Amino acid sequence: MMTIDSIRASLTSKQVSAEELTRQALAYAEAENPKTNAYLTMSPERALAAAIEVDKRIAAGEDPGPLAGVPIAIKDVIVTRGVRTTCGSRLLANYMPPYDATAVTRIEQAGGIILGKTNCDEFAMGSSNENSAFGPVRNPVAPDRVPGGSSGGSAAVVAQGTAVLSLGSDTGGSVRQPASFCGVVGVTPTYGRVSRYGLTAFASSLDHIGPFARSVKDAATLLRVIAGRDEMDATSAFAPVPDYAASLDGKVRGMKIGLPREYFENLESETGDLIHRAVEVLKKLGCEIREIRLPHTEYAIATYYIIATAEASSNLARYDGVRYTSRATSSETLGGMYRNTRGEGFGAECKRRIMLGTYVLSAGYYDAYYLKAQKVRNLIARDHAAAFEQVDAIVGPVSPFPAFKLGEKVDDPLAMYLSDIFTITGDLAGIPCMSVPCGTTSDGLPVGLQILTRHFDETAMFRVADAYQRASN
Amino acid sequence: MKLTEQEVRHVAELADLALSDDEIARMARDLDGILTHIDKLNELDTIGVEPMAQVLYEAGETATLREDRERPTLGTTIALANAPLSGNGYFKVPKVIER
Repeated sequence: MMTIDSIRASLTSKQVSAEELTRQALAYAEAENPKTNAYLTMSPERALAAAIEVDKRIAAGEDPGPLAGVPIAIKDVIVTRGVRTTCGSRLLANYMPPYDATAVTRIEQAGGIILGKTNCDEFAMGSSNENSAFGPVRNPVAPDRVPGGSSGGSAAVVAQGTAVLSLGSDTGGSVRQPASFCGVVGVTPTYGRVSRYGLTAFASSLDHIGPFARSVKDAATLLRVIAGRDEMDATSAFAPVPDYAASLDGKVRGMKIGLPREYFENLESETGDLIHRAVEVLKKLGCEIREIRLPHTEYAIATYYIIATAEASSNLARYDGVRYTSRATSSETLGGMYRNTRGEGFGAECKRRIMLGTYVLSAGYYDAYYLKAQKVRNLIARDHAAAFEQVDAIVGPVSPFPAFKLGEKVDDPLAMYLSDIFTITGDLAGIPCMSVPCGTTSDGLPVGLQILTRHFDETAMFRVADAYQRASN
Repeated sequence: MKLTEQEVRHVAELADLALSDDEIARMARDLDGILTHIDKLNELDTIGVEPMAQVLYEAGETATLREDRERPTLGTTIALANAPLSGNGYFKVPKVIER
């Protein structure tokens, strides 16, 4: 298994050049991709140009950067200059962005190699990757099952080994849930920790870019590269970015860990058993385990599906057949052109969310739905703030169950929404949270342990996850 | 039902979405289930609770404003490159005003 460190070692010892490594990675990804449909577009020209740049830096005796030569995949809702970016939507099937997302720019500055763009639910709306206009992604661990969503492709490429790292986006669990379903590490940093410039907007007060990796350490290294203030995103935070990876020493003795009672009620037994076993590991490492309460958890899904769809109905208004989407040709009037373009272009889930969001914002309903949800969001954030007065980290499941079968939940949108129960609260509170693999069920399906910490305390989160990963390996 | 098909049609119009009759019927059903779940929020007394519109920061209100200075723009050629229809440096749309 390749890691950031192993690649760096083989490059600096001249065992292999970045260009050779990139050619191999591209060839392997193209050969393996039909098994999962995880990549939508490869970017060989861009990848090779970046690799040659890394080789030049090494030849000149310069530092090639913390991600030197590492093959990285980017979720297709994050824009890449000159590399097709579809957002999983028919509307953007041929969209060529004229600029790069800040996270992409920073990866290349750090020597990272962008191999290609990964499949996802249309405009990041979904929990199974079945809402992509370009077909679902298959879970590399169990091909008849979903990889999770919406960043299903980004989780799958890391699990499959067709990228070493990837970027996803998380609005209601879209990094952590696929990470748990595919058995990889997935991180949702503090809201504002990573610039959203170039991340296609879904729900702006909830959207995050976050890394996937096999190891906690590699995820921490990637986060450090992409994190930090960016003047192109006014909500990006000024808080200094620590060297997360350097703080990973495996020591968590004395850390106080909270188990929310609400997360463990009615938990599917096998998932619950694996989470309890992981908690035992943390206990053995010297963590102090306490039960805590997050009393508003049961209101999180209702809150989320009002706020997220309201923001989405506004953000998705831009796809109107004028500037960058394809256009329905069947209409003579401007209004008809808008309506037909959107009616033909959006898939069922996007339409559902645009409709729900438009309804909750419409005249007479704003206070009853949107304002109410914003108030409950505050109560949920306060629950977490109160919990962090007693504990340093919260742990629990990522998803109530492991990867489900393709097609199993497509016809029941509410059931699909309800499966996001444990991941949504972290996004609503804006706190850092991640999924780290904690074993597999008797069917061999991966389960993820979720770790949540205080705003901007990604360090504590990574320390717990890394200590657990070391102890369980 | 929370929403009549008539209301669904009205919301679709607000959202600029052309929906077929089948989609309207399905949408009314789906939204009914979701809105029924959402009613759960009415169990909570939120009097005096501040709405949370954004994750809060300690930074001052103007701390995130960038310096106002001239910067190069994309330019018309690049900006129009993804447009389904353009001409003479403009986005082209169906005629809005009859002369």
